[in-house]
Amino acid sequence: MNKLFHAQSELREMDALAAEHSPIHALHPLCKLFSTILYICVVVSFPKYNFSGLVMMVLYPIIVFQVSGIPVSLCFYKLRIVLPLVCAVGLANPFLDHTPLLQLGTITVTGGVVSMVTLMLKGLFSLMASFLLIATTSIDALCAALRRLHVPGILTTLLLLTYRYIGVMLEEVSVMTEAYSLRAPGQKGIHISAWGSFLGQLLMRSMDRAEELYGSMVLRGFNGNFFYADISPFCLRDVLYLAICGAAFLCARFYDLPGLLGSLFVG
Amino acid sequence: MNIMIAFQNVSFSYDGTVPVVEDLSFSISGGESVGLIGANGAGKSTIMKLMLGLLTGQGKIFVGDLEMNKQNLPKIRQTVGFVLQDSDNQMFMPTVYEDMIFGPRNYGLTKEQAEARVDRVLNQLGLAELKHRYNHKISGGEKRMAAIATILAMEPEVILMDEPSTALDPVNRRTVINTIHRLPQTKLIASHDLDMILDTCQRVILLSHGKIVADGSADTILRDRALLEANRMELPFCLQGRHM
Ligand SMILES: Nc1ncnc2c1ncn2[C@@H]1O[C@H](COP(=O)(O)OP(=O)(O)O)[C@@H](O)[C@H]1O
Ligand SMILES: [Mg+2]
Repeated sequence: MNKLFHAQSELREMDALAAEHSPIHALHPLCKLFSTILYICVVVSFPKYNFSGLVMMVLYPIIVFQVSGIPVSLCFYKLRIVLPLVCAVGLANPFLDHTPLLQLGTITVTGGVVSMVTLMLKGLFSLMASFLLIATTSIDALCAALRRLHVPGILTTLLLLTYRYIGVMLEEVSVMTEAYSLRAPGQKGIHISAWGSFLGQLLMRSMDRAEELYGSMVLRGFNGNFFYADISPFCLRDVLYLAICGAAFLCARFYDLPGLLGSLFVG
Repeated sequence: MNIMIAFQNVSFSYDGTVPVVEDLSFSISGGESVGLIGANGAGKSTIMKLMLGLLTGQGKIFVGDLEMNKQNLPKIRQTVGFVLQDSDNQMFMPTVYEDMIFGPRNYGLTKEQAEARVDRVLNQLGLAELKHRYNHKISGGEKRMAAIATILAMEPEVILMDEPSTALDPVNRRTVINTIHRLPQTKLIASHDLDMILDTCQRVILLSHGKIVADGSADTILRDRALLEANRMELPFCLQGRHM
């Protein structure tokens, strides 16, 4: 089947994942949004040589994966396109930073290597946390929650439509590449001479479709308020979750947990 | 009889120069089933969008006793349901159920009330097993039926359908036709599938270049070979044999 068609149905699958049931799915969308934002902020704020501290942060995604029942392999599969990009970010560090940090036998580990790995982990963890947010929260619920926070309706509607627009656009790309490849047998991809008209066409077609789709929402009474998304009120469970996550993240950030654990055993 | 929909001298143009709908006047009474026929580009979809306030032109449009304007728009859209030509554009929520409660919830029904409606409509159409299916995993025929169910869940008084039988195999097409046939609402069906129109509508409005060429009983217009051919259409298949 067409590659891009595949991409499109993957996006719909994300919707489907978010419609599953688990204790994580049941949490208030804002609670998940805040814990994810906090998590990403904490992860990103780790100093570049604090590798051991950062590693502790992997616990959060692991626990959420376990509790929500979303397979880790699925996460890596869905993120396979962006992951290499994220990992490529720190590749130059080993060549720029030669400060010796650590001696492992005869091998000297330089600051560059450590900061490269730390940077990669930061990217990986942030992506995993975002993936988990999207996989356990429907876009409508998220928008509804933002709306309750008095985020302007135009912004949340924009967010929702952008999300849907990506799906529509991927669908159109797949239809068009298929039509193109049928008339250009044996050719890989789309010849550069056709890119201009292809992009123009794509824009027009997906705009037409997005307009129809928005029309269909408006005709059924959509006015920027997400009445249809059921979000239960913020309850004790959500407060607890947020408090525990927050405390755990901050502890991991400001206390040297691996060091403390180590000293427990070594004495 | 009570008038459900009335167009009074309505004109519309997309680009301001070429008129797509020109000085159009007609009315549809409550309970009527009307086929809106015409070749591609005759303006069928445009007329439906005008009726829903998605496009605005010159002239007056009435739905029930409401005149088309900004204040009346929510009420009008609650009265008139629109089944889009492409069900993929209509169904945007993950599951059929979520799509079906979308409209009723927006109009203030509670979750329980909306769900009761969903169950009632699905049972009425014999689609109960579709309820929790994912929209991207149902077939084209099921999706078209689900799209119709989505609109019925809003309990409209008038139903507009844009080419409801296109891209369906014969069995699914038959299912859709039978469903349309059973709906008690006022119906306006745009199509060039004249066999379907013959099966579902008593009255036909024939359009050409945004103007009404003929308006009358389906039996008369759909048998008028000369009229249909002059407007780039053919006799319904089921009538062709007898007239050869
Ligand atoms: N969004 C649009 N912008 C400009 N022209 C349009 C647009 N949609 C339709 N048209 C033109 O309006 C005319 C009527 O279209 P439409 O109402 O879709 O016809 P039908 O549904 O009968 O096939 C056609 O000539 C078409 O090219
Ligand atoms: Mg049309």
